[in-house]
Amino acid sequence: MIIYGTALLAVCHLMGIILGESLGRALGMTTNVGGVGIAMLLLIVLRLYLHRHGLFSPTSESGVHYWGAIYIPVVVAMAMQQNVVAALSGGPMALLAAVGSVFVCAMFVAFINRMEPEHRESPVEGGTP
Amino acid sequence: MLEILEKTARENGLVTAFAVVGFVMLISGFLSRKLTFGRVQGSAIAILIGLALAWVGGTMSGGTKGLADLALFSGIGLMGGNMLRDFAIVATAFEVHPEEAKSAGWIGAIALLLGTVLPFIVGVGVAWAFGYRDAVSLTTIGAGAVTYIVGPVTGAAIGASSEVMALSIATGVIKAIIVMVTTPMAAKFMRLKTPRSAMVFGGLAGTVSGVSAGLAATDRKLVPYGALVATFHTGLGCLMGPSVLFFVVKVIFGN
Repeated sequence: MIIYGTALLAVCHLMGIILGESLGRALGMTTNVGGVGIAMLLLIVLRLYLHRHGLFSPTSESGVHYWGAIYIPVVVAMAMQQNVVAALSGGPMALLAAVGSVFVCAMFVAFINRMEPEHRESPVEGGTP
Repeated sequence: MLEILEKTARENGLVTAFAVVGFVMLISGFLSRKLTFGRVQGSAIAILIGLALAWVGGTMSGGTKGLADLALFSGIGLMGGNMLRDFAIVATAFEVHPEEAKSAGWIGAIALLLGTVLPFIVGVGVAWAFGYRDAVSLTTIGAGAVTYIVGPVTGAAIGASSEVMALSIATGVIKAIIVMVTTPMAAKFMRLKTPRSAMVFGGLAGTVSGVSAGLAATDRKLVPYGALVATFHTGLGCLMGPSVLFFVVKVIFGN
């Protein structure tokens, strides 16, 4: 049943949000700490488990795959509701701070990724120079 | 006739959104093939069109949610809202190879920390250059350079003025948009090819919306790895902003 996959995804999503929310409370904040990331980890672990025990049929899997595939359209819809007007009227300071931080971070991404070993199939224990 | 159309669209918001987004993707795919001969990905063009439409919607309605503020397109708000966005992001985890993610976990964590501290420093520096001298304003604008959620959360916690809060949010939104638009162009320079590189990018670039859209427009396979790290970004920022970072700024700049 396709709904089993979607339901599994939904349960992971909710569990992740609940755990992220609890983690936030425990740290004295009102925000969610990594809820979506925790949900992703839960789904990865559950998938491995279900696979190993042959408990997840391909039909059920397609209930998850559909939502993974609908991801890009969802992101396009997200772009459609950004506050572009406010961003454009934020003035030179906001623009400079944003451009500056993106630039600095891009330099660091480029730098760190250049240290990546060529054969990425092998574990990256030699990642540090 | 027009009234029937409008009523239908309004009462079937989410379904209308599916149709509208599908149409935009169709046009983008066509433009990608015919105009750029596949050099610019269809999804990158779709995101650009989406941002342009957000500008049109925001200008017409005067609201803050782009196209979603027009009654006709209110379903866009649901389709691209946090709930479905996060649901779809979690679903992409199904394609993650656990070994790849595990072996790059530590570098992802380092990137995450750098991705919080570096933009903060840049933000504080720019705010200082523009004449802000009090620790509260400096911290709030610096936090906005981390993500547009960290900014206002930090500002609210330490009591920033609404003017500074608005600047802080604007900084974060501009950052997210820059990441969305420039990631595909800078992908080669940043060596965005492997799961590990995507995790580094997710940690350093921050903002889930920027990372998810940027990677979607670069290589769909890299999305889950980047998102896995990036989703911790806002939490870490909200944790560090009003505490450690505010404290450091107070020590350096006084009061």
